[in-house]
Amino acid sequence: MFTVNKKVDKILTLYLPLTMLLSFTIFPIYWTLNTAFKPEGDIVKRPLQYIPVNPTTENFVAAWTNVGFATFFKNSLIVGVFTVIAVLICSTLSGYALSRYQFKGKRSFMLMLLCTQFIPRAMMIIPLFVIFKNLGLISNPLSLIITYTAIEIPFTTILMSGFISNVPKELEEAAMIDGCTKLQSLRHVVFPLLLPGIVATGVFTFIYTWNEFLIALMLTNQQSKFTLPVGLSTMMGEFSINYGALAAGSVIALIPAVILFAYAQKHLVNGMGGAVKG
Amino acid sequence: MSLSQGVTETAINSKKTVNRKKIKKDKWVPYLFILPSFLIILGFLFYPIATVFYYSVQHYDVSAPYYNGFAGLENFKEIFTTDKMFIPSLINSLKWVVSEVGLQLVFGMILALLLNQTFKFRGLVRAVAFIPWAVSGVLASTMWSLMFNEHMGVLNDLLMKMGIINEPQAFLANTSTAFTAVIIAELWRGIPFFAITLLASLSSIPDELYEAARVDGASRWKSFIFVTLPQLKNTIVLTTLLRVVWEFNNVDLLFNLTGGGPAHSTTTLTMYIADLAVHGSNFGYGSALTVVSFGILLVFAILYLKLSRYEKE
Repeated sequence: MFTVNKKVDKILTLYLPLTMLLSFTIFPIYWTLNTAFKPEGDIVKRPLQYIPVNPTTENFVAAWTNVGFATFFKNSLIVGVFTVIAVLICSTLSGYALSRYQFKGKRSFMLMLLCTQFIPRAMMIIPLFVIFKNLGLISNPLSLIITYTAIEIPFTTILMSGFISNVPKELEEAAMIDGCTKLQSLRHVVFPLLLPGIVATGVFTFIYTWNEFLIALMLTNQQSKFTLPVGLSTMMGEFSINYGALAAGSVIALIPAVILFAYAQKHLVNGMGGAVKG
Repeated sequence: MSLSQGVTETAINSKKTVNRKKIKKDKWVPYLFILPSFLIILGFLFYPIATVFYYSVQHYDVSAPYYNGFAGLENFKEIFTTDKMFIPSLINSLKWVVSEVGLQLVFGMILALLLNQTFKFRGLVRAVAFIPWAVSGVLASTMWSLMFNEHMGVLNDLLMKMGIINEPQAFLANTSTAFTAVIIAELWRGIPFFAITLLASLSSIPDELYEAARVDGASRWKSFIFVTLPQLKNTIVLTTLLRVVWEFNNVDLLFNLTGGGPAHSTTTLTMYIADLAVHGSNFGYGSALTVVSFGILLVFAILYLKLSRYEKE
C-alpha cells in the first residue's frame, strides 16, 4: 500500500510535470526537424503530417547550396573560432590576476566588469556602426570578432577567475618550490586542472557568437558576410518563404550549438551557479 | 582571500621570505594580466557608450546631413512631447519584461525543483531540458514561426483538433494574439536560464534543513515556503534583476517574429530603438532614446549593485 502511494506520488510530483515541461521544450525542435525532412508539397498539405510520409534531404541541399547557408555557416565559424581564441587569452589572464593577486584597483576593475553587464546591447549598435564605418571594417568579420570579444570578456573573466580559484594555490606553489618556474608551474600544474573550465568558457563564448543577431545585422551589409542568424532572419523576411529550406537552415544552425552545449552543460551549470552567486 | 593567503603562508612557512620577495618583484604582473581585457572593454564597450551620450545632444541624421550639429536637449524634448511611439513602446516594454521574467521565474523554479530530485537518466533529462538555452533568438523565431503559421502551422491544427478554434488563425498577424505568441516563444527560450541558476543554488541547500523541517512535521509545501525559498532568496533577487535588464534589451524574437507589428502592438522601447538604428538613419534621435532607456535600466543596475555582495565587501 505504502509503495503504491509512493509511486502515485512520484508520478504526480515528478514524472507528469516533467513530461509536460519537456514536451514544451522538445516539440518546437521536433516540428522543425519534421518540416525540414518533408518535400515542399507535403509541408502545407492537409491533414498535417506529424511524421514525414516521404522523407527527403532536398531541403538541406537547397538551404546549403541555393540559399547560401554554406557561406553563413563558414562566416559564423570564422567569427566564433577567433572570438573564442581572443576571449580565452584575455579572460584567462585577467581571471588569473583577479584570483591570485591582490592589487590596487582590483575592486574598481571588478566593478567595471560588473557595470558592463548593464549596458543595453541596443545602446551599442549606433556607435559601433559609426566606429567600424570609420575604421573601414563594416562587413569585415574582424568588426564582429572585436565586438563580441569586448562583450564576452567581463563575464568570462569572472567565470575563469572562479575556475582558477578552484585550483589550489598550494599546488602551484609546491611546484615552484620543487624547482618549476612560474610559467612551468602554470603549464604543468594549473593548466591541466583548468582545462574543463577553459573548455566550458570557450563553448559558452562560441554559442554566444553563434547566436548573436542584432550587432551582426548592423555591422554586415553584404549577403556574403552574413552570419547564420542574419541569414536566417533575411530568409524569414522574404516574401515567398521556402519553409522547407528555412527549417533545414534552422537545423543546420541548431546542430553545432546543441552538440557543444550538451557536451559542456554540466560545467556551465556549475560555472553559472558560481558566477551568479558571486 | 587574505585568509587563504595566511593559511598558505603558514603551510610553507620555511619559504616565507622567498615568497615575500617574489610578491614584491611581481607587483606589476597583475596589471599586465588585466591589460588586454581592460583595453578592449574600454575601447569597444565604454567608448561607444560615451559616444551615445555625445550623439544624443547632436542633430545627427545621415539622411539630412546639412541639418547636423549641436542640438542641446531638443532630441529629448521631442521624445517626451511629440513622439507618438515613445509611451506606447515603453508600456509594451513593461508588459514584455513583467510577463517574461515572471513566467520564466515560475516555470524555471518548477523545472529546477523537478530536476533536483533523483531519478533515472537525470543527467540526460537535464541536458535536454536546458537545450533552448543554446538556441538563438532568431532560431527560436524560425522554429515558432513554423508552428504559429496560418497555413501549415501545427498549433492551428492542434487547437482545431481540440475544438478550441474553428478555423486557422494568423497568430502573429493578429493584434489580439501577436504579443502573447511572442511571449510564449521567448518563454520557451528563457525557462532554462532560471532553471540552471536556481538548480545550482538548490543543490547547495544543506539536507539537514529539510530533515529538521520534516521532524517538525512540515508538509512539502511548507518546507518549500520556509526552507527552500529563504535559501534561494538571494539567487532569485539577483537573477531576476539581471533578467529584467536582459529581457528589456532583448529584441531578437520581436524583430523576427512580428517586426514590432501588427500596428506597433509588439513594439517595445528597445525594439523601437533597434528599428531606428537598423532601418532609420537618425542616429542623434536614436541615441537620445537610448540614453532614456539607459536611465530606466540604471534603476535596476543600482539595485543590483546595492543588493549584490560587491557593495558589502
